[in-house]
Amino acid sequence: MTVLDQAIGRPLAGPAASAVKQGRVVPGFRLSLGVTLVYAALVICLPLATLIFVGAGLGFADYWQVVTSPRALASYRVTLLSAALATAFNTVYGFMLAWVLVRYDFPGRRLLDAIVDLPFALPTAVAGIALTALFAKNGWFGAPLLAMGIKVAYTPIGIAVAMAFTSLPFIVRTLQPVLEELDSAVEEAARTLGAGAFTVFRRVVLPILVPALLAGVSLAFARSLGEFGAVIFIAGNQPYVSEITALVAFIKIEEYDYPAAAAIATVMLGTAFIMLVVTNALQAYARRHEGDRR
Amino acid sequence: MSMVAHSPPSAGPARRLVDGRRLIIGIVLLLTAIVIIAPVGVILIQAGSQGFGAFLGSLSTSDTRAAIGLSLVTALIVVPINTLFGIAAAWAIAKFRFPGRKLLLAIVELPFSVSPIVAGIAYLFVYGGQGLLGPFLDAHDLKIMFALPGIVLASMFVTAPFVARELIPLMTLQGNDDEEVAATLGAHGRQIFFRVTLPNIRWGLLYGIVLCNARVLGEFGAVSIVSGSIRGETNTLPLQIELLYHDYNTAGAFAAASVLTLVALVTLVVKLILEARIGEGH
Repeated sequence: MTVLDQAIGRPLAGPAASAVKQGRVVPGFRLSLGVTLVYAALVICLPLATLIFVGAGLGFADYWQVVTSPRALASYRVTLLSAALATAFNTVYGFMLAWVLVRYDFPGRRLLDAIVDLPFALPTAVAGIALTALFAKNGWFGAPLLAMGIKVAYTPIGIAVAMAFTSLPFIVRTLQPVLEELDSAVEEAARTLGAGAFTVFRRVVLPILVPALLAGVSLAFARSLGEFGAVIFIAGNQPYVSEITALVAFIKIEEYDYPAAAAIATVMLGTAFIMLVVTNALQAYARRHEGDRR
Repeated sequence: MSMVAHSPPSAGPARRLVDGRRLIIGIVLLLTAIVIIAPVGVILIQAGSQGFGAFLGSLSTSDTRAAIGLSLVTALIVVPINTLFGIAAAWAIAKFRFPGRKLLLAIVELPFSVSPIVAGIAYLFVYGGQGLLGPFLDAHDLKIMFALPGIVLASMFVTAPFVARELIPLMTLQGNDDEEVAATLGAHGRQIFFRVTLPNIRWGLLYGIVLCNARVLGEFGAVSIVSGSIRGETNTLPLQIELLYHDYNTAGAFAAASVLTLVALVTLVVKLILEARIGEGH
């Protein structure tokens, strides 16, 4: 996304700029824009607008009652806490992973880099049954963890595990390009001036990476809030305890309680919009930050 | 890692630096083995431990065969449509400047931010029996929800940005110069696209198509709302995995899951190859 935004933000230069001023030389503007607008309107905007319309049609009292029902409130808590736990883990692990991929050379580095995309490529339902098999009470990880008294499957920790798996690439892929740009001469200068390794990391490296890290964190958190497929297998889906908001909306549909489903879905959509605005603001901040250093 | 733990305390700063490096690489590799490799491993091992005959048997039950067929048909419809949409969107957004361009880009990328469950519910309110177009569809005896068209539409929404997202940065960086030269020399729109632009963007385009395809085959949340999960009829492969799993048919579920895992692994290999090609192009 960062790369994309950078590319878009770049103004046309040279002959292209003058061509635009003189009228378009490259053909196909009306056709391509027309196709894009029609498709975006019908496939993307129409359903979302309809959902907002249906949600708004409920009337405030009914809407409020649904979205603040005890079961819905419990699901927000479970979803937010699990997503926060997953994102906290991924912030540390994702940071280390990005650091190792950019800074160190070792056999298998390219393979490791490719493996980072596996959570994107693997269908969420497949991830769901795989993680459940691993963390079930007789699973590879579930059995030893249970021996230590930690129950993962069918608890909110299990939900966090599933969210962590599906959202990991966001943090790594957002940090990687910024780390690659980071000039190690700055660190060496700090070292020469007598700073210890930890001080250099904390006072020099980290401040530069923080904007990109925050952008990656908000992307990962947003993805975790909306995750469904990977979560429902491992969650146990017990109302009030291990039931995520997406599942509450799903169950309302299965119960043919469409107004309630619409209300919950608009809460999720609203949250997604907020996260989108936050992420974009952080990415803009990250880019400005990058600009300052050049 | 044990080497790090037992490194002599007398080691100098340089020595410690090397060990710190090894320690971090070791931790990252261990975590990656736990977090990413193990889930893929458990699927392949569970599927493989049945033996090849039983594995094929699990896949060839009529319901699973129907689910594989439905997923393939969905991909065959959705991927070409979203490829054309992605090319059109990238052409408009990357090659031209117009008011509302950034807004259009945001809308094209919107499906990435929307939970698939929300997408499925939104589609239900458009095409479902009580939805916006419900009465019209009923009157004309058109069935969209709980049938192939609904699955196709929901998959189209979820994967709409995939091709465009690969092409827009690529085409923006390449600029319009080649196309302008071709146009000045008298080439028509179609000639410009097929002989000038397409060769420039082919690897990025192919990469977008591969990603789109993997996501269509694997989509779960949105499809689970709009398909109605009718056994042997509207169950896609991921929905069939869920059904088998909840029927305690673990062997069948893991066999089906391993098929999608192989698709994911092939996608990654293709990605590695294409990235090298895209890199050569610059």
